Amino acid sequence: MAVTVSRESDSVATPTQRALKEAFYAGAIALGLFVLFIGLKTGQNMSNELVLTQRWGLLAAVVIATAVGRFLYVAYGQPFMANQKIANVATGLLPASVGSRFFTLPAFIVAVVAAVLLFLFNSSLAGWVGAEPAGYLQFLRALAVIYLLACVIYYFRAFIHANFTKLGITALVLYPILVVAVLSLNAWSIAGGLQGSLKWVDNFGIQILIYVMLAWGLNIVVGLAGLLDLGYVAFYALGAYAYALLATQYGLSFWILLPAAGCMAALWGVLLGFPVLRLRGDYLAIVTLAFGEIIRLVLINWREVTNGSAGISGIPKVSFFGLMTFNVSDPNYIAKVLHIATSSAYYKIFLYYLILGLCLLTAFVTIRLRRLPVGRAWEALREDEIACRSLGINTTTTKLTAFATGAMFGGFAGSFFAARQGFVSPESFVFLESAIILAIVVLGGMGSLVGIAVAAMVMIGGTEALRELDFLKQIFGPDFTPELYRMLLFGMAMVIVMLWKPRGFVGSREPTAFLKERRAVSSSFTKEGHG
Amino acid sequence: MQYFVQQLINGLTLGSIYGLIAIGYTMVYGIIGMINFAHGDIFMVGAFTALIVFLILGALFYSVPVVIALLVMMIVAMLLTSLYNWTIEKVAYRPLRGSFRLAPLITAIGMSIALSNFVQVTQGPRNKPIPPMVSQVYNINGVSVSLKQIIIVIVTALLLVVFWYLVNRTSLGRAQRACEQDRKMAALLGIDVDRTISITFIMGASLAAVAGTLFLMYYGVVAFSDGFVPGVKAFTAAVLGGIGSLPGAVLGGLLIGFIESMWSAYFSIDYKDVAAFSILAIVLIFLPSGILGRPEVEKV
Amino acid sequence: MNATTQMNDAILQVDHLSMKFGGLVAIGDLSFTARRGEITALIGPNGAGKTTVFNCITGFYKPSEGMITLNRADGSTYLLERLPNHEIPARAKVARTFQNIRLFSGMTLLENLLVAQHNKLMKASGYTVLGLFGFSGYRKASAESMELARHWLEKADLVDRADDPAGDLPYGAQRRLEIARAMCTGPELLCLDEPAAGLNPKESAALNDLLMDIKHNTGTSILLIEHDMSVVMQISDHVVVLEYGRKISDGNPQSVRTDPRVIAAYLGVDDEEVETVLTEVGDEDVIEQLDIGPDAAHGPGTSSSYLAGPVTDTVGHSDGERVTVSKGASKAAQVDARANSPRKPSERATAKPTGKSSTAKPRGGRK
Repeated sequence: MAVTVSRESDSVATPTQRALKEAFYAGAIALGLFVLFIGLKTGQNMSNELVLTQRWGLLAAVVIATAVGRFLYVAYGQPFMANQKIANVATGLLPASVGSRFFTLPAFIVAVVAAVLLFLFNSSLAGWVGAEPAGYLQFLRALAVIYLLACVIYYFRAFIHANFTKLGITALVLYPILVVAVLSLNAWSIAGGLQGSLKWVDNFGIQILIYVMLAWGLNIVVGLAGLLDLGYVAFYALGAYAYALLATQYGLSFWILLPAAGCMAALWGVLLGFPVLRLRGDYLAIVTLAFGEIIRLVLINWREVTNGSAGISGIPKVSFFGLMTFNVSDPNYIAKVLHIATSSAYYKIFLYYLILGLCLLTAFVTIRLRRLPVGRAWEALREDEIACRSLGINTTTTKLTAFATGAMFGGFAGSFFAARQGFVSPESFVFLESAIILAIVVLGGMGSLVGIAVAAMVMIGGTEALRELDFLKQIFGPDFTPELYRMLLFGMAMVIVMLWKPRGFVGSREPTAFLKERRAVSSSFTKEGHG
Repeated sequence: MQYFVQQLINGLTLGSIYGLIAIGYTMVYGIIGMINFAHGDIFMVGAFTALIVFLILGALFYSVPVVIALLVMMIVAMLLTSLYNWTIEKVAYRPLRGSFRLAPLITAIGMSIALSNFVQVTQGPRNKPIPPMVSQVYNINGVSVSLKQIIIVIVTALLLVVFWYLVNRTSLGRAQRACEQDRKMAALLGIDVDRTISITFIMGASLAAVAGTLFLMYYGVVAFSDGFVPGVKAFTAAVLGGIGSLPGAVLGGLLIGFIESMWSAYFSIDYKDVAAFSILAIVLIFLPSGILGRPEVEKV
Repeated sequence: MNATTQMNDAILQVDHLSMKFGGLVAIGDLSFTARRGEITALIGPNGAGKTTVFNCITGFYKPSEGMITLNRADGSTYLLERLPNHEIPARAKVARTFQNIRLFSGMTLLENLLVAQHNKLMKASGYTVLGLFGFSGYRKASAESMELARHWLEKADLVDRADDPAGDLPYGAQRRLEIARAMCTGPELLCLDEPAAGLNPKESAALNDLLMDIKHNTGTSILLIEHDMSVVMQISDHVVVLEYGRKISDGNPQSVRTDPRVIAAYLGVDDEEVETVLTEVGDEDVIEQLDIGPDAAHGPGTSSSYLAGPVTDTVGHSDGERVTVSKGASKAAQVDARANSPRKPSERATAKPTGKSSTAKPRGGRK
């Protein structure tokens, strides 16, 4: 934890002395913060009374780690980062970047060799060294692969930067195929590959894309129109429950209900928007938050319709446009129609492409809208509402359209979510979800579709990846559950990323029209809106 | 009538706790214009600290007088919670001051998530019940008033007096109000703005810690997730009263408390939060700056 | 200044406009007319209520009393005080700029001008629906709007920077861009709030050229607030002078320039200098008065700063009413008071350079 202790650096003290002092302060603060929470643990005894267990060793470790971390940061980290910005007097060049020092050819070759060897001799090595170290070897293999990918990205960064959208869409389209192919090769069977792909397609692919879609939807409201909406999850919930209820009660198809759910969410967006849009800034934020909570509380308490906290289960699956279904018992089950082996992976892969399609639709509509007068008016509204009115723009309807459009995409994502889960409950629509979606929008860089997609990938993919770190149990003991630390790390990552890039990953803004050449607008000029 | 008075007392108790938390929101908002989303979790940390201190007292001494126990709990909770809020301000908000308005909001949400999960990781996810500390109940004309409620109202009133004095009668309060009006000008006049803001966070956290202790004493149970709901309610209270206005925060807290207890008593307990939030929305539609908030003048 | 033509070709007519903020009277019973095709300047010292008049005209404030009539070239008439804020530019075709520039700083210059054509483009895009599916009608309208934007960028001499963010422009260019943006709404009346504020002489000259170009080539009438006298005197056809929310003078630049009350009010001279100034402009009243001798109430040492609030002197008016003027508040009132005191009111009325005595007579200034 980087704790900024003293502002004024003592000019007399050497860097090391200063670092020691800072480390001491950091340790003292950490001791104060953690003495009760880490030093003691409240637990229940046999008679269900609270008792304290002492963990002074752990406390000491954490405090020392904080102090050492602070020391290293002040003594080495800060000077290093400062040096990166100082150009060499003789050559006028900045020092070689960390990237080019880290991604070198010899290291690349070593990584290739290591990865190939570990892949080829995976099973024999496991038998040779035993099960436990094999876990480490697999981790090592994963690291080598990540390093290789990072190398490739680093050296082709100019090319990637120039063609990011095309490359990104291609990668997303090919992703399930690649996953199945790689895993089939690994398991030496297509069935095995399909089975193994479930996790990668569902937990990573679909999960991330749902958040991408939600964040892109919210981006219209927050990023473009500059209206702070803390209750976006309400529209997601409305879409999900609309599909869940209408599909289970009336047996309507997904393809009818998807637009219906979107329209319903949009209608609610307008209904909410009408009274509250003249509120500004944080007042709007709290009312939208309240709206989100009201919807959730109604879903919990209106038991006759929503089945309360128990939620609605047995939501029908999406069919392949009515031609094929994904229910094994149906006569037109996909595997029967196409004469292929039965697998649950088909449905997931289909869902993956469905949500990818919905995402691309969202992106397409957003890009189109930005170039239309309504989209420009949204951005103008974010920049200066009074000037908008002086130009004859009806700010109320403009805000309402932003709200309704954002809500509509939330509704689409919601009905997709219900179809994917087969089960909805109010648990899925808590404020935390709104906060996560908003965080993705802001971390990505408000208004930037690419930045937001990257932010969703990093934040959601990152927390999902933490589920995969089971080998850490071998270090910290079997009681260690990395999942528990998921949200803790997620929250800290939010803080760190925001401190590192306050304007988000992509701070610049792409103009919607140009006379001579399109030049990105630096983030220092764009405003964030007051509404 | 008795029933009504009974609900009034319940509302007053609840409202006092909300009011204490709401002051923290409104002070921070007043001075740096950000919603400190982590404040609800600061309240929870306060309650948890009080819980652990209570257990330590129980383990070290055979029996401790309730007054002393409460006092010790409150003081330790105030100190440690202030340390938390102070650290959070330094780490997560100060570097972003003067930058993009939404950035500190996101770090605040991040801190809120991190804090509640930190407590979950270190103290476990379960509810933590303690044996009742104060159990006397007085019956006056058929209205039952528990000692707990009396303590809550008295402590709140005392704190508000002290707090009012600090803000209105000391140079510290003057510095705070100056920073609220114009931070740059205040700095030019020799006010240490950073220090004033730090103190504001410490004051907010102290009040939240007291609220946490009272919450623990009143309900006798606390869990890592208990920061969110009171936090949102207190935030609602602050906005209802007019965010930035200190009497507004207390008034808003009391109002939310009354609405909740009345609604649960006369309508349905399930929808008490819905009622509170709906009333917030309705009030804001008619009074866009809350009840006591300064109306925002549109400068053209 | 023929009274009959004045009624017909008036584009904007402000009648008995009052605006009160609580107890403060920002504008009191103001009437004036802006004629079509002319540049009308609204001048006055700081705090005279000029921007408040603008905000009433452009719908940002709803006036407490009074009527603001706008006559469009096609014969339609709008009562501006009854139109919602955003419909004033959209339907009554009144565009405005702001004292502290309000550009969409994160959008490019071109985008700023495209936003100004919102309503036109909105219709062309079939309220977004047709535009979303890429209908040709919208593409045509879009191309036209780009042309209009280019036209105004060229006029404002900003075409080279069309793709830069507006926030990146120097101050003078931002002013010109704001005018170009307002012109892109196709206004019949353009209201400029201190367009020359903060400009250097060169930029100020460029601004004059732009305004004259607008006047001659578009048929747009201009109403402007300005402090820079060189701009006002050079380009305006008609000047209205405000002080403390009341009109103290109204006429062509030449007549206003020599109006002693304007000089006193606008230049904010010290009390003892008032007489000098009046002598310089050749006000007979003063010259005559000087012969009588200095006024004891305005002896040396009384300053005219804003701080000299509570000291008031009461001046007896002929018609029996007593008007209290706080010293240092209304300069024009001082001139009136001084001119009035030694003379008979009937003579005074004829000697006045402006006709409308009821509105011109300042009643009390700041109380």
